[in-house]
Formats: sequence, C-alpha cells, structure tokens
Amino acid sequence: MLRMVKRTDMTSNKASLIRVLSILFALITAGLFIAIMGHNPIKVYSAMFMGAFGSTFRIKDTLIIAIPLILTSVGIMIAFKMKFWNIGGEGQILMGAFFASFIALNFDTLPKPLLLLMMFIAGFIGGGLWALLPAFLKVKFDTNETIITLMLNYIAIKWITYLQYGPWKDPKSMGFPKIANFSDAAILPKVFGIHMGWIITLVIVVIVSVMMKYSKKGYEISVVGESMDTAKYSGINVNRVILGALFVSGGICGIVGMIEASAVNQTLSASLSAGYGFTAIITTWLSALNAAVIIPVSILFAAMIKGGSFIQTAFQIPQAAANILQSIILFFVIGSEFFVQYKLVLKSSKKEGSV
Amino acid sequence: MIISFLTAMMIAGTPLLFATLGEIVTEKAGHLNLGVEGMMLVGAVSGFGVGLYTENPLLAMGAAIFAGAASALIYGFLTVTLRANQVVSGLSLTIFGTGLSSYIGTAFVGKKLSEGIIHFCKPVEFPLLSKIPFIGPIVFNQDVFVYLGYLLAILVGVYLYKTRLGQNLVAVGENPAAADASGINVNLYKYIHILAGGALCGLGGAYLSIVEVPQWQDNITSGRGWIAIALVIFCKWNPYKALFGAYLFGGLSIIGFRLQQFNISQNLLDMLPYLVTIIVLVLSSIKQSKESAPPQGLSLPYFREER
Amino acid sequence: MQEEVFVQMNDICKTFGSVRANYNINFSVNKGEIHALLGENGAGKSTLMNMLSGIYKPDSGSIFIHGKEVKFNSPKDAINQKIGMIHQHYKLVEVQSAKANIILGQAGSLFVNEKKISSEIKAISTNYGIPIDPDKKVYNMSIGEKQSVEILKVLYQGADILIMDEPTAVLTPQETEKLFKIIRNMAKEGCAVIIITHKLHEVMAISDRVTVLHKGTTVATVKTKASSPKELTDLMVGKSVNLSIQRPQVKRGNAALKVADLMAYDQDKVKVLDGVSFDLFEGEILGVAGVVGSGQKELCEAIAGLYTVESGSIIYNDENILGLSPRAIIKRGITMSFIPEDRLGMGLVASMDMVDNYLLKAHHNQKGVFLKRKPIMTKCEHMIDQLEIKTPGVHHPIKQLSGGNIQKVLIGREIETNPHVLITAYAVRGLDIGASHTIYDLINDQKQKGVAILFIGEDLDVLLELCDRIMVLCDGRITGIVKSDTVTKEDLGLMMAGEAISC
Repeated sequence: MLRMVKRTDMTSNKASLIRVLSILFALITAGLFIAIMGHNPIKVYSAMFMGAFGSTFRIKDTLIIAIPLILTSVGIMIAFKMKFWNIGGEGQILMGAFFASFIALNFDTLPKPLLLLMMFIAGFIGGGLWALLPAFLKVKFDTNETIITLMLNYIAIKWITYLQYGPWKDPKSMGFPKIANFSDAAILPKVFGIHMGWIITLVIVVIVSVMMKYSKKGYEISVVGESMDTAKYSGINVNRVILGALFVSGGICGIVGMIEASAVNQTLSASLSAGYGFTAIITTWLSALNAAVIIPVSILFAAMIKGGSFIQTAFQIPQAAANILQSIILFFVIGSEFFVQYKLVLKSSKKEGSV
Repeated sequence: MIISFLTAMMIAGTPLLFATLGEIVTEKAGHLNLGVEGMMLVGAVSGFGVGLYTENPLLAMGAAIFAGAASALIYGFLTVTLRANQVVSGLSLTIFGTGLSSYIGTAFVGKKLSEGIIHFCKPVEFPLLSKIPFIGPIVFNQDVFVYLGYLLAILVGVYLYKTRLGQNLVAVGENPAAADASGINVNLYKYIHILAGGALCGLGGAYLSIVEVPQWQDNITSGRGWIAIALVIFCKWNPYKALFGAYLFGGLSIIGFRLQQFNISQNLLDMLPYLVTIIVLVLSSIKQSKESAPPQGLSLPYFREER
Repeated sequence: MQEEVFVQMNDICKTFGSVRANYNINFSVNKGEIHALLGENGAGKSTLMNMLSGIYKPDSGSIFIHGKEVKFNSPKDAINQKIGMIHQHYKLVEVQSAKANIILGQAGSLFVNEKKISSEIKAISTNYGIPIDPDKKVYNMSIGEKQSVEILKVLYQGADILIMDEPTAVLTPQETEKLFKIIRNMAKEGCAVIIITHKLHEVMAISDRVTVLHKGTTVATVKTKASSPKELTDLMVGKSVNLSIQRPQVKRGNAALKVADLMAYDQDKVKVLDGVSFDLFEGEILGVAGVVGSGQKELCEAIAGLYTVESGSIIYNDENILGLSPRAIIKRGITMSFIPEDRLGMGLVASMDMVDNYLLKAHHNQKGVFLKRKPIMTKCEHMIDQLEIKTPGVHHPIKQLSGGNIQKVLIGREIETNPHVLITAYAVRGLDIGASHTIYDLINDQKQKGVAILFIGEDLDVLLELCDRIMVLCDGRITGIVKSDTVTKEDLGLMMAGEAISC
C-alpha cells in the first residue's frame, strides 16, 4: 500500500531534476498522442526542432519570438512572486503598444533616439497603468485580480480594434482596417541581425533578477507573497508594495508592446500580443519564478511555437498543436511539484484486513 | 422589440448559467477552477463535432458533458490528488482547452449542423405557461436547453440547501478537516463535484456552438468562462441568484448588437460585458458578510496528516 | 470484577518525517472508565489519539476495539466502531447550524428531516445535561457552546468511546466544572472516556486511571487514587523537576503605555474592544487572561498599529500612537510577538531562512536600495548561541525547525531590538516544560531590564505565577485588573465569564 509523507529533505538540485524529468515525461505523453494521430513522434519532434533551429534564419525567427516571451515572463513573474495572479499580460502588452504608437504616430519628426526613448517610456507607462488598475482594485476592495486582469485583456483588444476600424484607420489603406505604418525613426534598429529588443530584454532580466534577490523592494515583494499578515506586522506598507510591483510588472509587459509594435509589426494592431501574455504564464511558472531560468524556458517555448508553425506546413498538423504540447508540459510540471513536496512510501502491512 | 431582445437575452444567458452552476458546485467543494473557459471550449468543440457526425442532438450534448468532465478530471487529479496550486492548474486547463478546441475545430470551420439538430433546438412552447402575457413568450417559449437551465438551477439549489449530500459538500468546502473527522470521504466529494462542474461547463460550451451560434468559430466562448467565474462571486455562490445573474449578463453580451442602430461603434459596445463584469466584481467585493462569503477552504489543498 | 476492555492499543509506532511521535505505545481503556492521557506538549498524546480516531494511520502496532482487531483507513471506520473524538481545535463548519454540524457525514434519508433530528438532539442533550440551540449558527457561538456541539455530535453518532483532546484548555474554571459533570454522566452511562491533558489537578479531579507518555513512549499506567501530582509530574517530565516559575522583584517604573477607552469593531460591526483602559508600567509583566476571542488579539494588534480602532487613545511618551503606521510604532520601541495557533501565521515567514526573517523589521533601518545580509548573519549566529536555538544553520528554512526553536527565533528577534514595550501573545503555545521555562526566563530578563511587558496567556496557573498583575478580558471588556498575589484562580474564572470583581 502506498502512503504519502511530507518531505523535508528536498535539495534544489533534486527539485530541478524532478522538473526536467517531468518535461521529458510530458514530451513522451504528447508523443503518444502524436503517434495515435498517425504521425511518427520522433519525426515530428525533430521537424519541430529543425523548424526552430535548422538555419540561421530560423534561429533568428525563434529568438524574435523568444524576446517578447522572456520579457513578458519577467514582468508577470514580479506579480506572481506576490501571489498576485496577473494574467493580463496580453492587455498590458497592447496598452503599452498603444501608448508607444501614439508617440510614434504623432511625433515622427523627432530624432530617432529621442523618439525611441519616448516610445519606450510611453510603453512602460501604458502597460504599467493597465496593471495598476487591477492592483488598485485589489488593495482597495480585495477584488479577484485574475478575473479583472483577464477582463482588461478583452477590453484592451476591443479598444485597439476600435482604433483600427475607427479613429486611427490609415486613410491610405484604401478601406482596409489598418493603422498606418510607423516612420523609419520609430523602428528599433538591428544589432547582429536581430532587432535590439534582445539587448533591452537582457538588461531588464539582469536588473529584475538583481533587484528581486538583493534589494529591499524585492525582499518586501517576497514577504508580501509569502504572508500578507507577516508583511503588515513587520511594518511593510503592503498596499504600496502591491501597487508598485504591479506598475513595474505591467510596465515591463508594456515595453514588450513597444518592442513588438516598433520592431516586429512596425504598426499597432489588435493581434500584436500574439498570445505572449498567456504563454508567459506557462514559462514563468515553469521557471519557478526565477528570472535567470526564464531565458532558456522561453527559448524552448519560442522554439515550440516556431517549430509548431513549421510542422503545420510539413505534416498538416494545425498550429494549435503547439499550444496543446505546451499545456501538457505545464500539467506535468505542475503535477511534479507534488513529488518535490511529498514522497510516497511503500508501506508493508503484514496483517491486511479492513474493518 | 423588447420581447425579442429579452428572449434573445435568455438564450445568451443559458451557456453562462450552465457554466456558473458548474463553477458554483466546484467552488462549494473548495476548488477554484479557473479552467471554465477551457472546459467550455472543449465541450463546445466535442459537442459540435459529435453533432456534425451523428446528427443526434442528445449524443452531441452527451459528448460535450463527457468532454467537460474529462477535462475537469485533469484539474481534479492535479489539485486533489497531487495538491497542486489551484490557480495555476486552472489556468493551464484553460490554455489546454483553448489549444485543443482550436486544434480539433480546424476541421469544422464552415460546416453546418444537420436540419435535425437545428430543428431540435427550436423553441418549444410550454403549455399554458407560455400564454402568460409578456413573461410567457420570454420565459416559456424557449428551446429545451433553456428549460434544462431552469431545472438545473433549482436542482443544484435543492441539492445544496436541502439534502444531506449537499450539506456534506458545504462542509468539505468550508472545513475539510471537519468533514473528514465526521467520516466524509473528502477527496471523493471533491472529485465528484469537480467532475460535475466540468460537465456543466462542457454543456454550456456545447449550447453555444450548437444552439446559440450555431457554427464553429475559433475561441467561440470569447471570455464567457471568465464571466461565469465572476458571476459566481456576483451571485454569492447561490444557484438561484445565478439564474438571474446569468440572464443579466446574457443581455449585456448581446446589447451591443442591438444598439448598433444608435451609431455607436460595435467594438466599443463589445467591451460592455467585460466592463460590467469588473464593476460587478468590485461591487460584490465591497459588501461581504459571513453568509455570502466564499467557502473558507477555497483554493487550499487538504492533507489529512499535515502537522 | 472482570472489567470490559473497550480500547486496547498495542505497540503503536508512528513517525512524521524524521520525528518519532509514538514508539511502542501500549494503552487500554475500560467500559465506564475515565482515563487521563497525560504528557507534555510533544509527548505524542494527540498523535496516539488521532490514530485511534482514524485520522492518522499507525506505522505499526495493533488496535483492538471492543475486543476485535481493527484497521482504520479513515475517520469513518473509527466512527463506525463507536469512537468519537472531540478535537482541541474544534472541527466545526462555521457557517452551518449546530444541527447541520451534528448530523454531518451521517447516513440517512437524502433530505434532512429537520424536526425529527432536532428532537433527537434535544433528547440526548437533556439526557446528558448539555444545553444547546440546534438552529444556532456556529459562528455565533461562544467557545463553550462550540464544545457542546462537538460533544453532542459524537454522542449523536452513538459513540461509546469518547476522546477529548485538551477539552479544558479554553474554558474558565467554572465551565470546566460543568464539563466534568457531563463527563461523569457519560461514564455512568457506560461510555469509556479518554481525556488528553497536561494539567495535573484536572487529572486528579476527574480520572480513574492515568497513562503517562514521555517523548513518544508509555512511561506508566497508574490508578489515580494511588498516585500523587508529584509522582505524575516526575513521570511526565522524565526527571524530578521544579515546576515553579520565578517572579523576580523589580521596582515598578513609570507608565510606559497608557491605554484609554479603546473601542473597536470587527467586519460584522460586532464590538471586539469595549472601553479598554489600563496602564502598563516599566519593569512589570501585565498578564492578560480571558477566554479565546475575548479581544486579546485585537488589543495586541491595536497597540501594534495593525487593527483599526474606532475611538480611544494609546499614549506612549506623551504621544498618541493610535493611527500611526505599524512601522512608525516599531520605530518608537514597541514590539509585538504574537504566536498564532499555527505558529507561523504572523511574525515569521515560514519558507525563509533565519536571516531573512530577522530582516523583516530590520531592513527598514538599512540605508540604500539593497539589503545588507552580512551583518545580520553574525547577529543570527549570536542569537543561536545565546538562546541555544537548534538549527542546522542560519540559512535553514524556519519552518523546518521545531516549535520551541521557532518561538525562540521570534521572541529573540523582538528582544534584540531593545524594545521599551514588549507584547507577547501565547509565547509558550505548544512548547514543552523545558522550552517554556526558557521563554519565561527570557521574558523575566526583559522585565529586569525595565521593559514594560504585556503577556497574553492561556494557562491561568502560568499567569498567576509569572505576572505581577493580571488583566481579565471578557467580550472585549476589562472585567478586572488584579494583583496576582491576591487573586484566586476561581476569581479569575468568574471574571473571565464576565463578572466584574473588585480587588
């Protein structure tokens, strides 16, 4: 008979091993499904891999997907550390893009560095404010932040769609609902063949991980996340920590919006967030809320997205398969937490018999 | 004009009602399942698919119920047996359901359901009651699933408030340790009600794809699952109040379409249900008493030998 | 006369992780017997009884009920064997009525027959003399009423083996007397009653036999009449000990804290503090007694700036600190250590190590953006030496330490800040006698340094011995502030029940 017992002897190495193993099991399980659907899982996986990393061009594409994923994950990680379930990444990306686009479309005569800097700041503020709203409602009325952030996603999408179809519609687009392309001054330059969003991303990852680990504010965020009561008791201004952290969390997502609008889409559109806000929830959780781990995990997921679109053409497997694969991995990793917390003990009972 | 709007409101509210009832049952067992959207989508796509191929409305709904419960089983296994974080487990179920429905649904785009099913989902006049002026045509001239919605809301209410099983369930959600010490099989209760909740969400999704829309669209629920979760808070875990909440929000979700003639942008009007959800959530959080509070054990894992 | 054996437990073993909670325990109870299970906190009493009630499963050993061997897989199995347990922390569903709680989990018709059940409950309650209102919601009940519900629940289930885990811990002496009467009634009706306790005078007053546990093993089972409190204590602690608590004489200084007319309400607009006024002097320990939920927590939190007060004043150094932020209050030298029931809820972060827990308050005083952990590490190491805290190191998560060590960390940290006013609530909750005395000594040291101490306690004996004065709270009101030299426990009990007594 199996019994579960709470673990006390878990080392961080062992825990990471369990997580890696669970990803492996997830891939095997997903492979079984692929096989059931009549494809060779090894072929599909290797095609996915080749689709993501098979050439310099593909690697670049994968990294271009990885950049917003990393950055969004780092952003929502700050909120997750506080057990504030910010699933409004999509909306915050869009609102950041909206603010940045406003600058890009209206001040396009400014010199390029100044314009980009202004867009950057605007993006941060736009995303930040969009996250500040649920944070404010949380501290003021203790509303459920998950639902509010999600509702704000829909509102942001509708808002950008409204702009696209209405006031911001490009008159030159001949009736096609599209916002005008940015002028060259509003487009992020490339460094080593990839837009310089990757430099911004690396810098932000370093700053955030150092701040979370060594700064007083980062420490206060962890305390609030672990126990609200303890935080209040020890004199931490809990409301200010929540508001501040969410502003930064949303702000970083807003920067993603600015980067995507400027470097990738070169305009504003409602589909610009491309599901990064949701995928980032997975990557953040898989990274155990650790900024450094977010980078490899996000690249892995970017590869799955890129590889997923590749196998769509190669095997006629719909793109959504990549989403399913991602969520299966997530299920396994969430489930594997159990083995970090508990262990199963085989109990030998000599005299079996029930009452 | 008003009657036609209110009739449409009942239809739009029905998927919300099923999902809300499902989430009430789940949360009463102490489990916050944020996978409603995902379970609805899985239900919607399975129902539509089975309806398409069998041309049998009951089989279609049955498939949706089964699919909803099956996806809830993933959540149940993670949160009950493996004691995983409920928020994250629910979120991943939504991501899973979105992916799975879109994957399966690719094959259904542009396909039409058979006449038989369409006919089955036509409004049926309820004898006598439909003759009541004003209310009759709105409430008692609907399709069978709207009636099923009334029935389920009442059944869930009677179950929760009047039966031993329902009272045991309340205890499981409020204080699992107390329920356990009273000899209640806590995990069994949790599993059953999580599955029942998933089944209801699946039914809600299928109503959307088979009756309300009725064709396949990617991401057909577009946030209704989340609105249902908000409705649970709004109606304070009370299935009778859920009846009204669901129809109210059903009305909001179609009001944009009706107000187009006033020259307001459709996209702005589409924001309405989401905006109102936020407002309602804020309002319901302001006033809270012991009787209308969420189950005490909501989203906390239970381990008997915890020391 | 041949006694009928109701419960027989042989060679029971149970470990939690690396902690050996029960080791080869033997235990038996007869029909109509009141059997006390005596032992210190952590001796394994609750663990043993949780196995008898099906909550835990023994690692090895056998259990016989009414002469038949049983294996319990869940509490339900135990209930079916007519075993009922009344837990120390009542396991009741707050939003349900007494009736719903009593019939919880019982088989029966699908729909609840309210009338029939009410009359059944009434019948039992008159038979045993336990008053109850079956329709009252549990969250509206006093502690005593909640206990009545628990007892009726197991009697309604038809239990003839009753286990009561520390049933008197939260009762006034008068309520305890009433409870004892009920217990004697139950024994007379042929039940076997097991009472878990660590209070000796209660053992002497009620039990027929006593089994003493020490560090997870059975030390002895003796007839109560043939034993003495002294003998039982020595058995319980494992050595001959001096149980008295010291009360050093310190010259009382100025009033450090002047609390006047505090009024506070909870979320449901129920008064939780009702005109509380008292002075707390330097160099004294002012004890606070009262039934659980009489306003102790709110009082502590009000002083610490954590609870919003309607009106009144708290004067410290000629300044009203009411309305100041918790941080501002800490800065002025008022510090609180509150040990909640789960120990870690407030004051410490379970998953963090000692250094980060130390930083909770200290980080406010560090300059700059970044934390300075180095100097704190040395302080922590110093604290480990001084208070003899048993831990693998300063970077070990707090939650993996034992209860006593966790409490030492908490109180040690508060003392380290050289407070002027120290509030400590339930400081020895769940500790064994040795650890408790370490904590008492720490508090006495502070008193001798001239610190003003507010000591919220549960055990009246401890309050009487340790404190200079005792303030009694009932329903948020002060029913008396008395010198501990001149007051009796019975008087305290009456005051706890709401009777104002002038001393």
